[in-house]
Amino acid sequence: MLDKIDPRFLPRPALSRRRFLEVIGLSGAGFMVGCGPAADDAAPDSTDPAAGPAAADLNHFVRIGADNTVTVIIKHLDKGQGVTTGLPTIVAEELDADWSQMRHEFAPADAARYGHGFFGPLQMTGGSSSVANSWMQLRNAAAAARAMLVGAAASRWGVPAAEISVSGGIVSHGGQSATFGELAAAAADIEPPAEPALKDPAEFTLIGTRLPRLDSAAKTDGSAQFTLDVSRPGMLTAVVARPPKFGARIASFDARKALEVPGVTDVVEIPRGIAVVASSVWSALAGRDALDVDWADDDAEQRGSSRLFADFKHAVDNEAPLTARADGDTDAAFAAAATTLRREFRLPFLAHATMEPMDCVVELSGNACDIWTGSQMQTTDQMAAAGITGLLPEQVRIHTQFAGGSFGRRAAPNSDYVAEAVMTAKAIGGRAPVKLVWTREDDMRAGFYRPMSYHVLEGAVDEAGNISAWRHRTAVQSLLAGTPFQGAIQDGVDSSSVEGARNLPYRIDNLFVGVHNMESKIPVLWWRSVGHTQNAFVTEAFIDELAVAAGRDPYEHRRELLADHPRHRAVLDLAAERSGWGEELGPNRGRGIAVHESFGTLVAEVVDVTVNGGKISVDRVVCAVDCGIAINPDVIRAQMEGGIGQALSAALREEVTLEDGRIREDNFDQYQPLRIDEMPTVEVHFVASAEPPSGVGEPGVPPLAPALVNAIAAATGKRLYRLPIGDQLES
Amino acid sequence: MALELEVNGQRVTVDVPDDKPLLWVLREDVGLTGTKFGCGIAQCGACTVHIDGSPARACVTPVSRVAGKSVTTVEGVGSREAMAVRNAWRELDVVQCGYCQSGQMMSATALLESNPAPSDADIDQAMRGNLCRCATYQRIRAAIHRAADSLEA
Repeated sequence: MLDKIDPRFLPRPALSRRRFLEVIGLSGAGFMVGCGPAADDAAPDSTDPAAGPAAADLNHFVRIGADNTVTVIIKHLDKGQGVTTGLPTIVAEELDADWSQMRHEFAPADAARYGHGFFGPLQMTGGSSSVANSWMQLRNAAAAARAMLVGAAASRWGVPAAEISVSGGIVSHGGQSATFGELAAAAADIEPPAEPALKDPAEFTLIGTRLPRLDSAAKTDGSAQFTLDVSRPGMLTAVVARPPKFGARIASFDARKALEVPGVTDVVEIPRGIAVVASSVWSALAGRDALDVDWADDDAEQRGSSRLFADFKHAVDNEAPLTARADGDTDAAFAAAATTLRREFRLPFLAHATMEPMDCVVELSGNACDIWTGSQMQTTDQMAAAGITGLLPEQVRIHTQFAGGSFGRRAAPNSDYVAEAVMTAKAIGGRAPVKLVWTREDDMRAGFYRPMSYHVLEGAVDEAGNISAWRHRTAVQSLLAGTPFQGAIQDGVDSSSVEGARNLPYRIDNLFVGVHNMESKIPVLWWRSVGHTQNAFVTEAFIDELAVAAGRDPYEHRRELLADHPRHRAVLDLAAERSGWGEELGPNRGRGIAVHESFGTLVAEVVDVTVNGGKISVDRVVCAVDCGIAINPDVIRAQMEGGIGQALSAALREEVTLEDGRIREDNFDQYQPLRIDEMPTVEVHFVASAEPPSGVGEPGVPPLAPALVNAIAAATGKRLYRLPIGDQLES
Repeated sequence: MALELEVNGQRVTVDVPDDKPLLWVLREDVGLTGTKFGCGIAQCGACTVHIDGSPARACVTPVSRVAGKSVTTVEGVGSREAMAVRNAWRELDVVQCGYCQSGQMMSATALLESNPAPSDADIDQAMRGNLCRCATYQRIRAAIHRAADSLEA
């Protein structure tokens, strides 16, 4: 079943299926989409009271209740990006359901049934791919379910199925009609069609319209359940004391004082630290404060941020990079150039800083491990828990909860916080369910981070004023090295280090992109838009400077260089037009532009700033997006607004720094995300597209930082090469 | 020690250390989990509740300080302003991950209870203490204006 990929479920080969397979080292593997009936033993959690006992599972994704609700089984994590609305929209469309009857429920961890359409048999959420990989899978599942409902009606009424129509959740023929709920039980016995007929997109009535989010109600009355809200009978709470430096170990510890704290029940050593277990969070924290630990840090990372940057720079200046892309003869073009420009860029470590710090609830019983958490990689965590407990993966049940943000953080290849919780539950003999809680300080200090990077960009301009050569060398830590996914690194090049750099879309005949793989003990991870966060910044800031240096308009110049990329051009044109590009702005004001493709989606942004002395006010961001068919335009708009806000936050101020290997910023008084008074007006415009849907969770992020520094340059003449911007304009 | 509190109009008795923050008492001892933990140092506002009608950060409020006072959480807030806020939040689909939104709505409700027609500057002032990592700020601002408009109508 896993040896052949059904092409129907590969909606978009151009959407880097190859890249996805590369990333997880599973090229050649595929997975089988489940349109058959769901087996009872792996039925999703029936936590939705609306799905009554008479509910019928028409397949692994669609359940119809006797009460006429349609529950869509969501194989992905909801971390705010809107999958609990987007995926039901696809189902409702092909099912011809009424939006008011739609519900959602998170799927259990099950790689075979709920694996990723691009990644293979791995259940995960990432790469802005939830809608893209579910698109044909859910259309087929819903169309099959619709055919089953029609088949049930046909046999009930003794009429040909072809004469039956479905609209707004009602199945009808002549004067007869029935709801989905009335037909559900009989429909479950109908053989699903092997190749259900899909709608012509011209007939879509829900896709492309504004539908209310299905999670809004629960998220506005306090009832939405996050991991931190989970409670189990007899549950204890654990916090973990972890090494203060990455790579340090426990030399010795004394638990006596911690055990004297009222409420503390256990102090246990686990491979990642010392877990203090108590009857409440407050007691656990007091117990941890009372712990006496000696750490051995002789093998730990001891470098501070400035030393790390110096090491990165030394590598670029003195060592040969690995080649990620080489077109033409870059050296010759530089030798023949009329003028050249060389710039160095620096970007810091960033924290995901999700509003809900990491957390996980684990309950062990004789032959089962139940886990409640919000995870982007359910089946990876399932395997990790199986390894720790000695159970089989299928004995590990994952109950996916809403996640209070993630941005990549809850997709740790080593399942860090899930592993801590399982290890702790095991260390106390499984005698009680354990809720692992991370404080904000734990969350900031224990990793993971968007990797810091150092870049040197060089451009050559010929006598005619054209860019004749481009050379980009980057020094950055690989995200995949040392993880189970490192097999995806090809010829030493981790694609996540150079994404957005080696696929530079501009027509430049001589082009070199090289990477220096840096090593440290600081744990790094994907952060909303991954390598694009740094590579879009440096490439779009540099192309802007090259254009201006050549006396060209930065928008027009990009446009000319994008003649072979009509989708890039279309978003660039739309953003320029809607922003009023070219108009006079007045003193201290500037307008900057950037365009970038990530996760199959094209986004251009125009940023307006006012700069007074060292103070930057971001007045407006105009965003143009082409993400293929826009399933839920308002959810996409929200993702662009949020991506822009988070990217602005990072560009202005965010930076995790180290002093002698120790993280300095450990709470929001020092690591300061954007607040409401700094949020610009964001306008989002769509390029109409009939292409299959592509990602929206991340692609709003990359163009913001370069458009911002380009705007600052337009306002002040000063170009910035280092993020965060911080107080650089004050000097 | 045993303490008597009034939470959402109901008297509850809890047996907890008197320095335990109200946030964790609400979540662990009273069983109301709509109020969230984000930072523990009054920097993010995810734990915002009303104490005698005024917004407060429950994560830094020792439970002993609210003895004899009235505590309102997102689960129990029911003023006209609170309902207008909730409706506006839903009409504009403000939420993304949703984790900070209890606190956002409690701050917004308190703002409208004291200022029925806030300006953008008033909103900035009242809402600056509430972080949203999903950056739903543009919609929060619009929803507060919409709620204010609906109260006026």
